[in-house]
Amino acid sequence: MLNVKRENQLKSSLFGDFLERLMKTAAAKIGVVLLVFMVLVCFVGPLLSPYEKNGIDLTNMYAKPSADHLFGCDAMGRDILTRLLYGGQYSLILGLTTAVVSSLISILMGCIAGYFGGVTETLIMRFIDVWSALPGILLAIMVSAVMGAGFFATVFALTIGAIAGGVRMTRGQVLAERKKEYIEAAESINCSKLSIMFKHLLPNVVQPMIIIATMNIGATIMMAAGLSYIGLGIQPPTPEWGAMLADGRSYIRLYPHIITFPGIAIAITVLAVNLIGDGLRDALDPKLRD
Amino acid sequence: MGRYILNRIIWMILILIAAAFVIFTLMYLVPGDPAKSLLGPDASYEVLEIKRHELGIDRPYIVQLGDFLYKTFIRFDLGTSWKFGTPVVEDMAERLPRTLIIGVSALVLSAVLGTVLGIFAAINKGRWQDSTTMVLAMVLISVPDFWLALMFILLFSATLGWLPAYGIGSVGHYILPIICSSLFGVAINARQGRSAMLETIRAEFVVTARAKGQRENIVVRKHMLPNALMPIITGVAGGLTMTVAGSPIMETVFSIPGIGQYMLVGINGLDAPIVRACVMFFALFTTVVILIMDLCYAFLDPRIKAQYSRRKG
Repeated sequence: MLNVKRENQLKSSLFGDFLERLMKTAAAKIGVVLLVFMVLVCFVGPLLSPYEKNGIDLTNMYAKPSADHLFGCDAMGRDILTRLLYGGQYSLILGLTTAVVSSLISILMGCIAGYFGGVTETLIMRFIDVWSALPGILLAIMVSAVMGAGFFATVFALTIGAIAGGVRMTRGQVLAERKKEYIEAAESINCSKLSIMFKHLLPNVVQPMIIIATMNIGATIMMAAGLSYIGLGIQPPTPEWGAMLADGRSYIRLYPHIITFPGIAIAITVLAVNLIGDGLRDALDPKLRD
Repeated sequence: MGRYILNRIIWMILILIAAAFVIFTLMYLVPGDPAKSLLGPDASYEVLEIKRHELGIDRPYIVQLGDFLYKTFIRFDLGTSWKFGTPVVEDMAERLPRTLIIGVSALVLSAVLGTVLGIFAAINKGRWQDSTTMVLAMVLISVPDFWLALMFILLFSATLGWLPAYGIGSVGHYILPIICSSLFGVAINARQGRSAMLETIRAEFVVTARAKGQRENIVVRKHMLPNALMPIITGVAGGLTMTVAGSPIMETVFSIPGIGQYMLVGINGLDAPIVRACVMFFALFTTVVILIMDLCYAFLDPRIKAQYSRRKG
């Protein structure tokens, strides 16, 4: 009991220290503020909006931005702002889920490959070699075609595309760590392999993965938008940002407001996540700090 | 070195065969009946059966797979499109130059401009030139490139009328796609180049080299540059594969009939030979770029070379 308590204390102070360092960089501060803003707006905003996400209003087709419709309306008279907010929920959840799932798989595979070595490592790494012969976006396109439309199909497709790099990196990290004294110490007191891997190795290799996972959130949001732009992934009438861009591209000359706002929404969200990722890197990697 | 290259090439072929297996299986699993999509929903059962036999998709999975691998790797025959009836290789040969022109030009632009910007930022570290470049790079990696492309069309084609927005035909048609495909890479390379330079400037071996009285231009040329180049090469290679693999989206935006768009035609029409051929091309392209990248590493980094010769003999 005592041990667990002490460990928790240690962890929380480490985490506190880490948060403190994260918030020291101006970029990360802006990132956190932007992200909190996007999350609040996307999850609270729709409750306040007088319009429905798929509420068609033919009197307001292509309406330019006005006091009633702040961002205007699309080809079916649907309020763009309301659709953007709902779309944000999809994008944020999609990005987070994919980043978390793909990092967990990457860490697990990378740890197993790096720590066990031998045939296991060869098998996993050769598998990853094949995997990364097909670039992530391409795999996502293919898997998305196989799985069909829908939220979970898209998460699955994007996860498949995001794993290979993380496995390589975790394995490299494990290879560097496993030669250190604390692993030798754990081995010498007869710790089981699994407990060494999860209790000793994992906490020490997880940091770079956190950075990659954060960056992956942004990359995933962009890729998801790209997928629905070319007609895969999440489909209309679901208000997904990429699908909204695809809807509006025919009216680019006459009604540019339809394609302007979804792109800005994507850019702000991805920017927020990337800024936090940069801040994390500076906070976690003392080598890069000045 | 020769043995290293040979080994890598053999390994590359094995990867391609495995990738062919993966892509075949994926296409096999795509829901929908190609015969039905070709003949329309009104076709009778018998006609559909004949069509399926004609396409060879009535055979068991393993037979089809064997047939595909045999034709692709032994006979170098990528098959004929189910929908258009034309050999896929011919269609691809017509489209390939367009995708490659955009991909390679974007690569050169992003490698040169990105690296120059990165070094420029590193030299001016902490001053306004540095922060401006880095803020710009941050914004560029956060903006989706296909949306930026739409905005460029809006500005340069729809509003100013300087450049054509869609299709191919003249040199002007390629300007916007190349710029839009390169901006993400410019930003990545600028960030990568900056941190690589900064890390090298501070590295101990540079201090050592100076301390032992090495001439400055040799310090830069022999000690700093090769080390700074490694991450830059990674960035450039990654950028090229990203650009070419992202071509389905970019070519859709600009309506360019290239490989990426061809692949989407295949996906939407359940035309497996087209999709398989395109994906095989992307896989080949990626593995070749990675191979060249690894060779550059081995060339630049004596540690890799030494490690390899020790292990293999």
